[in-house]
Amino acid sequence: MEIRNRARILEEMVRDPDLAAVADWKRGHAGALAVGYFPVYVPAELIHAYGMLPVGVFGAGGAVDIDHADSRMQSFICSISRSTLELGLTKRLDVLDGMIFGSICDVARNLSGIWSRNFPGMMSEYIHYPQNPESAHAQAYYRGELQRLRDRLGALAGRPVSDDALRASLRAHNRNRGLVAEMHRLRREEPWRLTRREAYAFERAGHVLPVEEHSDLLERTLAILRTREGRRRDSVRVVLEGSFCEQPPPELLDVIEEAGCYVVDDDLLLGMRWFERPVPEEGDPLAALARAYLEPGVTTSIRHDGRRKGEALLQRVAAARAEGVIFSAAKFCEPALLDCPLMRAALERASIPSLAFEFEEKMGTFESIKTQVETFVESILFFGPEERVAGGAP
Amino acid sequence: MTERYEHQGKGRDLQKQLLLDWYRRLETAPAEGRKVAYLFVPGNVAELLRAFDFEVCYPEINALQCGIKKVSSGFIMGAEDMGYSSDVCGYVKNDIGLWKQGNSGPGGQLPKPDLLLCTYCGCTTFIKWFEALSEYYDVPLVMLDVPYLREGKPSEGDLSYLVGQLRELAVTCERISGRRFDETRLSEIVALSAEAEDLWVDILQSARHRPSPFDAYFEAVFFMAPIYALRGTRECVEYYRAAKQEIDERVAHGVGPAGQERFRMVVEGPPPWPSFRAFWELFKEWGAVAVASTYSKVGGYWDGGFRHDPRRPLESIAEYCLGCYTNQSLPMRADLIRSYVKDYQADAVVIHSVKSCRSFSVGQADFREEFTRERGIPTLLLESDLVDPRYFQHAQLKNRVDAFFESLEHRRLTGAAAGATR
Ligand code: SF4
Ligand code: SF4
Repeated sequence: MEIRNRARILEEMVRDPDLAAVADWKRGHAGALAVGYFPVYVPAELIHAYGMLPVGVFGAGGAVDIDHADSRMQSFICSISRSTLELGLTKRLDVLDGMIFGSICDVARNLSGIWSRNFPGMMSEYIHYPQNPESAHAQAYYRGELQRLRDRLGALAGRPVSDDALRASLRAHNRNRGLVAEMHRLRREEPWRLTRREAYAFERAGHVLPVEEHSDLLERTLAILRTREGRRRDSVRVVLEGSFCEQPPPELLDVIEEAGCYVVDDDLLLGMRWFERPVPEEGDPLAALARAYLEPGVTTSIRHDGRRKGEALLQRVAAARAEGVIFSAAKFCEPALLDCPLMRAALERASIPSLAFEFEEKMGTFESIKTQVETFVESILFFGPEERVAGGAP
Repeated sequence: MTERYEHQGKGRDLQKQLLLDWYRRLETAPAEGRKVAYLFVPGNVAELLRAFDFEVCYPEINALQCGIKKVSSGFIMGAEDMGYSSDVCGYVKNDIGLWKQGNSGPGGQLPKPDLLLCTYCGCTTFIKWFEALSEYYDVPLVMLDVPYLREGKPSEGDLSYLVGQLRELAVTCERISGRRFDETRLSEIVALSAEAEDLWVDILQSARHRPSPFDAYFEAVFFMAPIYALRGTRECVEYYRAAKQEIDERVAHGVGPAGQERFRMVVEGPPPWPSFRAFWELFKEWGAVAVASTYSKVGGYWDGGFRHDPRRPLESIAEYCLGCYTNQSLPMRADLIRSYVKDYQADAVVIHSVKSCRSFSVGQADFREEFTRERGIPTLLLESDLVDPRYFQHAQLKNRVDAFFESLEHRRLTGAAAGATR
């Protein structure tokens, strides 16, 4: 099928607030369970090892109105958490047998508490990720936390899971991460082959489809993409930063690219790309996962790794040969908003232009953002280095 | 306050002096060669730091002071000029603005940290805050990762992770301070903490009297300062002894903080510091007295029974961190508030919801739903900020408070209020 059409279908699937794809999967797998997870890094490997379907629950993407959640979560809170609660209160997530949250911020943490209070019948778990990677005790601690989750899922499944099954799951996810990374490499090197919005749909589908199916899909797609011509433009190469948790409307990605940018690196759907290397598939699988988590991976606003925010961003800018950075943070997203000034100051010191705006799940119009991006692009084109190579050319 | 209360203030005067001395010590620390540790009030491991003779400095308390002295506005705007969003935690902005403008706060000149210790105890914004300070001061951030009480109580794994980190921290402290770690000395310090904690709990629980001798929110936020800033010192114990005498005297005379006590309330959330007096007045007018509050437990939850223990100094420090109110899960927080309503015979719950403090506020609306709808506990939810004066809408808040107590009064008159006593 044509890439564009396929991307459109996948986008519809992931935007469906009723999770019909999950219900379909359950119908096809009698007795199988589906467990939801809130971003950013919940180890889907553990859910998968039990033969359950891990499902990314990333809010409603503007598809529903906040009616019921309003009285339980105030208006000054990011849309992803409010709309996720709305999905729960309107019974759209009843197809899920559990929900898992992690310690990425105060809002996600408290949402997990609101969840357990409002849905006592559903398994709900909260993972406290270690935030002290320098401690010699962090790995043992996190291994224990993963063991706790394993037991909890075991209770839900009504049976234990073997280390072999866990290792097989690590393998399946390693393969998937490799393919996702390949897609990103392609976007970085030859961004004209598919738009960021198209790539996003393929990637995001991995938070609904079973991992093996998703990997096959990526493999087939990548094979087609390598020969797809696409439309080359003289676009400005930018890194998009700040959308690691709440996801911007896919339209926004089009707006940015149509205004003259190639998004050549970003932190969208960060969870799937967290580890920079494959998780070892031998030995104790939980220890391997714990170790992988604690290794210096991608620097983000929701994990403390001792590195300076700006430094890591500058490295990414260099690796992507980007000409500028666009900060697009979810409105009220404190981790992103608190890092933004530090990152922008570092960019300024390195004479790299940046632009910042906020988005929400439900955005009436993208006009003002479009104008801002156009102006940003113009300033790079006119005041950038003379030897500036045409956008896409490596 | 009426006349006779004006003469009660022995504790208050002593406290003023102690805090002045503390800020003076901070100001002179660099010149006199004393090392300074920055840390947070929740999960503060002051005992351990004192064992290495660190002066302790709390950016939260500095921000609070700016709020109450009504100078926070300029600092917050300063941070916003640096690119900080209007929606993020006001304490963080106040502190960064303060740093940017030379670090001279209401307490005096603040020293640069020698040890930047992020006691990550519940609030994730703590991490963002100290990551920023680490860059601004160019000092490495030392993390103390306190596992959140996601299961209602800490696990073995949580405890050993934390105790392990405390031992590592002791090594870091040795390196920075140049002093050897002396566990006997730590035990002595911890014993002083426990002594003060006993007295503090007596004061908190005195609010079970009718009328309550003190306001467990509006007064407690001052009474609690030494247990955070000076815990583990002899002066701290002396302060609580004086404060306890003051309270005992009030009990003996049957007097309370708000003229005639007409309503007893449990308060959740931090106060709006820049409008502290005005906010308190809204409740005093109704004879409403806080008999318990959760904010006074952010830096330690002692009325639940915990005490620092000189026989197990490090382990008890770890347990202290784990139990702080900020580190308690939402279901635990709701349980605590409900138990306060019962144990202190409160008529209502008042929630002051701080928009820029999501650590506290996310979930408070859910509390209100549960308390009012499912439990029949009258609950008032008010919104403003803790240091940003722009968010304090006096007239609007007054309307809400008046309407709430009017309806409570009405229910009482019509006999509808269960548990109403007069
Ligand atoms: S969008 Fe930001 S504030 Fe909201 S849950 Fe995600 S990380 Fe937390
Ligand atoms: S969010 Fe709240 S608890 Fe956290 S630092 Fe700010 S004021 Fe303190």
